[in-house]
Amino acid sequence: MGASEKITLLGRAAVVEGLPENPAVKAVLAWKPEALVDARFDREELTLTIAPEEIRAAAATVQAAGYNFFEDMTAVDWLPSTPRFQLSYHLLSHGFKDRLRLRVLVDGESPSVESITDVWPSANFYEREVFDLFGIRFDGHPNLRRIMMPDDWEGNPLRKDYPVEGYR
Amino acid sequence: MTETIGTPILQAPAAEGARDQHMVINLGPQHPSMHGVLRLVAEIDGEIIVRLYPEIGYLHTGIEKTCEAKFYQQVVPLTDRLDYLGPLSNNLCYCLAVERLLGLEIPEKAEWIRVLLAELTRLNSHLIWLGTHAMDIGALTVFLYCFREREEILRIFEGLSGQRMMTSYFRIGGLAMDPPLDFFDRVQGFIKGFPEKIDQYSNLLTGNPIFRSRLKGVGYLSAADAIALGVTGPPMRASGVDFDQRRDRPYSGYEKFQFKVPISTDGDCWARYEVRLIEMRESVKIIQQALDGMPEGPIKADAPKIVLPEREKMKTQMESLIHHFKIVSEGFAVPAGEVYQGIESPRGQMGYYVVSDGTAKPWRVHFRNPSFATLQALEAMCKGRMLADLVAVVGSIDIVLGEIDR
Repeated sequence: MGASEKITLLGRAAVVEGLPENPAVKAVLAWKPEALVDARFDREELTLTIAPEEIRAAAATVQAAGYNFFEDMTAVDWLPSTPRFQLSYHLLSHGFKDRLRLRVLVDGESPSVESITDVWPSANFYEREVFDLFGIRFDGHPNLRRIMMPDDWEGNPLRKDYPVEGYR
Repeated sequence: MTETIGTPILQAPAAEGARDQHMVINLGPQHPSMHGVLRLVAEIDGEIIVRLYPEIGYLHTGIEKTCEAKFYQQVVPLTDRLDYLGPLSNNLCYCLAVERLLGLEIPEKAEWIRVLLAELTRLNSHLIWLGTHAMDIGALTVFLYCFREREEILRIFEGLSGQRMMTSYFRIGGLAMDPPLDFFDRVQGFIKGFPEKIDQYSNLLTGNPIFRSRLKGVGYLSAADAIALGVTGPPMRASGVDFDQRRDRPYSGYEKFQFKVPISTDGDCWARYEVRLIEMRESVKIIQQALDGMPEGPIKADAPKIVLPEREKMKTQMESLIHHFKIVSEGFAVPAGEVYQGIESPRGQMGYYVVSDGTAKPWRVHFRNPSFATLQALEAMCKGRMLADLVAVVGSIDIVLGEIDR
């Protein structure tokens, strides 16, 4: 907890300028600068927004840059704003002792992104969970089935248009 | 909308190069060694496991969805229900996440008590793991001894919060109330005799030839597989990956404590057993340091719009009464943003992802629970091994179904 806690960088240009030595920023810029759509550094957390079609390649890029551990992946439903869904990938580097969030924005109409299970096999259950509870498809996933809800369940419970209580 | 329905193994029983004698058996969801409602579908060749498929979701209660309809402070009791063997770890992780969203500073004494209780929770959880793991292997005595000590920890929790398991003692901005007067003495009394108790368990198990041969070389997981499959906590460190968030990404003041992180490179069930036993000894050291250096001061942050006022003040001061009414009836607004807070729970890396849209209710709360990811590695650990080893492996990864299914 030092002075670095106070720094907030909003927007791609600010992050690229403010954190030029960050290994993830460096790796993504060296690989494909146009894939980095947006970025922010807020509350000591770096978020890189990646173009949806590039997420698998971006994951492989930051993995090679030292972010070796896939920790968590989930979605956020931003209904009624567009694009509707946000996917947040939380990655950890054992070497840098640092975290990174990759963020992808997906449209609400038949949402789908590429699976990252061949980069990190541990994403398997997490992608199934998001598929089950949000209805986002992951292309190339080896076993895209519901994981929490029964197989014949209708609807995706964590979507914002799915009621919390009462009759549907 | 789901295209693939049913368990894949049941639909296509013949694996690559399978012979006629392959059989599919089902363990659980009601099975004494499955630690809850875990269902495992195993394809076996004689007694050798060829494929293994975990089916989960039997305990899914939609806690993440429920959180979106509650005020921030009302989520704390829900987090208890996730990992019900380490409730204070869940409370801690959630409170730290929301405190970071709010930018709230916590008094030192509250941080130290949090560390003390988080370690006591670790002892509590490891005691249950040791007891049930040994019982699965057939050493029933250890189970009774472990529960004897666990009872003492639960009594301390009860004196502290009024609850044995669902404590909800950590609140956003500090602690629920001052610990009772005899709290520190009771903890001191407990940990004074505890290292001897660990020796006692070790005497019963470490030299036990049956226990040894059931665990040694069983359920091997390499370091690369542990990382690839998302395994964290003691199973990861038993595979030789040296990472502990308490040391490497300290939170809640852990940087002020001295402790070792046990590592083994064997990667089998026995290594996991040894790593956890040493972890228990290290936890005792942390608790002792916390007791010795416990600072004086308040246990709640000075933020009247977020932290509930003292009962006494509420009854005598108009201002406090208004704050109390406001917090209870309409909550408090949290600045928009997103935070991922990771802690080292007894089972591994726990991470809570809280997204705020600037209102009094969280827009999205996601729980990254260690058991959920660890379960993915079960097939890698059991493949090509005897069916009977499955029970030892499931015991050694120490899963809690409450946090898997959420």
